[in-house]
Amino acid sequence: MTEKKPGSCRILIAKPGLDGHDRGAKYIARALRDEGYEVIYTGIRQTPEAIAATAVQEDVQFVGLSLLSGAHGELFPRVIDLLREQGADDIVVFGGGIIPDEDVPHLKEIGVKAVFGPGSVMKDIVAFIESAR
Amino acid sequence: MSEPIDQAKQRWEQSTLERTLGRFPERREQFTTGSDTPVDRLYLPADLDEQAYLEKIGFPGEYPFTRGVQPTMYRGRLWTMRQYAGFGTALESNLRYRYLLEQGQTGLSVAFDLPTQIGYDSDDPIAAGEVGKVGVAIDSLADMELLFDGIPLDMVSTSMTINAPAAILLAMYLAVAEQQNVPRSELRGTIQNDILKEYIARGTYIFPPEPSMRLITDTFAYCTAEVPEWNTISISGYHIREAGSDAAQEMAFTLADGIEYVRAAIAVGLDVDDFARRLSFFFNSHNDLFEEVAKYRAGRRIWARIMKERFGAGDPRSMMLRFHTQTGGATLTAQQPDNNIVRVAIQALAAVLGGTQSLHTNSREEALSLPTEESVRLALRTQQIIAHESGVAETIDPLAGSYYVEALTDRIEREVLSYLDRIDELGGMIPAITQGYVQREIQEAAYRRQKDIENGRRVVVGVNAHRSEEPSPTGLLRVDPAVAQTQRERIADVRSRRDQQEVERSLRELRAAARSQETNLMPPILSAVKSYATLGEMCRVLRDEFGEYRETIVL
Repeated sequence: MTEKKPGSCRILIAKPGLDGHDRGAKYIARALRDEGYEVIYTGIRQTPEAIAATAVQEDVQFVGLSLLSGAHGELFPRVIDLLREQGADDIVVFGGGIIPDEDVPHLKEIGVKAVFGPGSVMKDIVAFIESAR
Repeated sequence: MSEPIDQAKQRWEQSTLERTLGRFPERREQFTTGSDTPVDRLYLPADLDEQAYLEKIGFPGEYPFTRGVQPTMYRGRLWTMRQYAGFGTALESNLRYRYLLEQGQTGLSVAFDLPTQIGYDSDDPIAAGEVGKVGVAIDSLADMELLFDGIPLDMVSTSMTINAPAAILLAMYLAVAEQQNVPRSELRGTIQNDILKEYIARGTYIFPPEPSMRLITDTFAYCTAEVPEWNTISISGYHIREAGSDAAQEMAFTLADGIEYVRAAIAVGLDVDDFARRLSFFFNSHNDLFEEVAKYRAGRRIWARIMKERFGAGDPRSMMLRFHTQTGGATLTAQQPDNNIVRVAIQALAAVLGGTQSLHTNSREEALSLPTEESVRLALRTQQIIAHESGVAETIDPLAGSYYVEALTDRIEREVLSYLDRIDELGGMIPAITQGYVQREIQEAAYRRQKDIENGRRVVVGVNAHRSEEPSPTGLLRVDPAVAQTQRERIADVRSRRDQQEVERSLRELRAAARSQETNLMPPILSAVKSYATLGEMCRVLRDEFGEYRETIVL
């Protein structure tokens, strides 16, 4: 694993869209907190506008988006656009949920830095965060 | 008689067993069930409380129903094979239903998209990206007419996974039945209508607990009088388990929700034996076959006692835990998706051995997307093979009397009762939820489980063991992105053709009924539905009057 100390790294875990499947989001939020990061969790059913606003207000370095309804193609780009509009395009956006492999290249093109699907493990997510901060 | 067995066991342990353990230690120091409770090496007649057979186990179709709710179980009629389906527009879903009925499915199960489940029309900005994704989009009676086009409602039973706006979707179904000239007394089916588990685990709540409970008891009262064969609620542990609970928690929190609904209905003056026979349940089925079977058996016994002893039910039908089962979505893996076919078969077998009344089997690619027609057919064939080839349906409750299964049944019963006591101490399920107690218990279990998978303590084939390189699956079902536009056009068309004055009048009537505590909400909802008021318009009136629920975030 990595040598960097987690310390002072703020991460927003957010649930855009309308699906209530929060098991994964809550697990990631709690496990990242246990790893020593500062984690904010939005709760379910958040609009892209609310997520972008929280990300800016809370001055986070990362936003993790979790979505299981299949609306990632619409909602992930919306969050990224809103962050960009607010001059916060330095915030690293990553995602997870039920996301078919074939959708991943497009998501990466529009600026989602990594996608963690079912079966992902914390050490990969932590390694990603450490490499991207 | 048990004395000699005890002695024999000691002798066996000290001789035969000891010799083997000395040379070949067991695979692990401690063995546990899927829910992480200890499993003994061997279960013996002493684990079977034969003295209490009549009191605890008894006979099928009789109190306390441990062996099943019907006297002949699957020898009389097989369980209903009911695949949950729906996506895109009403037209597309209608075609899928007709296909499933042609393939030998015996009941329909409607999946609605999230905007419908949360009471928003497809043209509401908040619905962006979600229209038609996880189920069918229904905005008004016009969509419901199309959804059941060519499907005679007196010939099928229909389950609808709808909660916060359940009364509205039920009213739409009644309106379609009326158009088909099918009398209400011949309608069979279920609305999920279980708001408490939405607060706990599933997330499609709209209103706060109090008005939500009123909507539910209003449907109980209305159906008791008007739609006597309709299951007015499907009290669901499925989503609680998906959120990460263990087997005993799933049963405990579901029965605790059930207790809350029964209390609420009695509190508004309903007689327990008038409504309780139409309560139904919905559970998950995971991979630990014996533990799952024990869960269903324990659940039946506990519910029967609750209804008889706590609520004074006299009609045996009020005491029966009748349930639908779906195999475990959270047990499916994105890796090596064909392995899921095997998991589903084991889980389906557990549900049948546990005496389910109906069953949905998941499809292999559901960790990745909605299933294709071909995968759904395979899932349905899995049930048909269990039904017709495995032989398990030919006798009743075949695992009864297994030392292990009876011991597990007793253990789950003890765990469930202990949770029910704790929830009573908290003042019932509503305070237990608003204080976050239930959510915290589930999350602790979910967190432990995921940690166990990550550190390899629990093996998931294809994920943390026996991995292989594989190409990404192709040919996944995609919902046509044009569905949102189609729905927007359909709503505009409905709005342009309906009698606007009648819509406004019926919405005013609905508002007045919502303000009054005395009026049953079903009749004004039905008249608003028939005026082609949209789901979103009706829910907006109710949102104004009832307010909206805010989640208690527990991390």
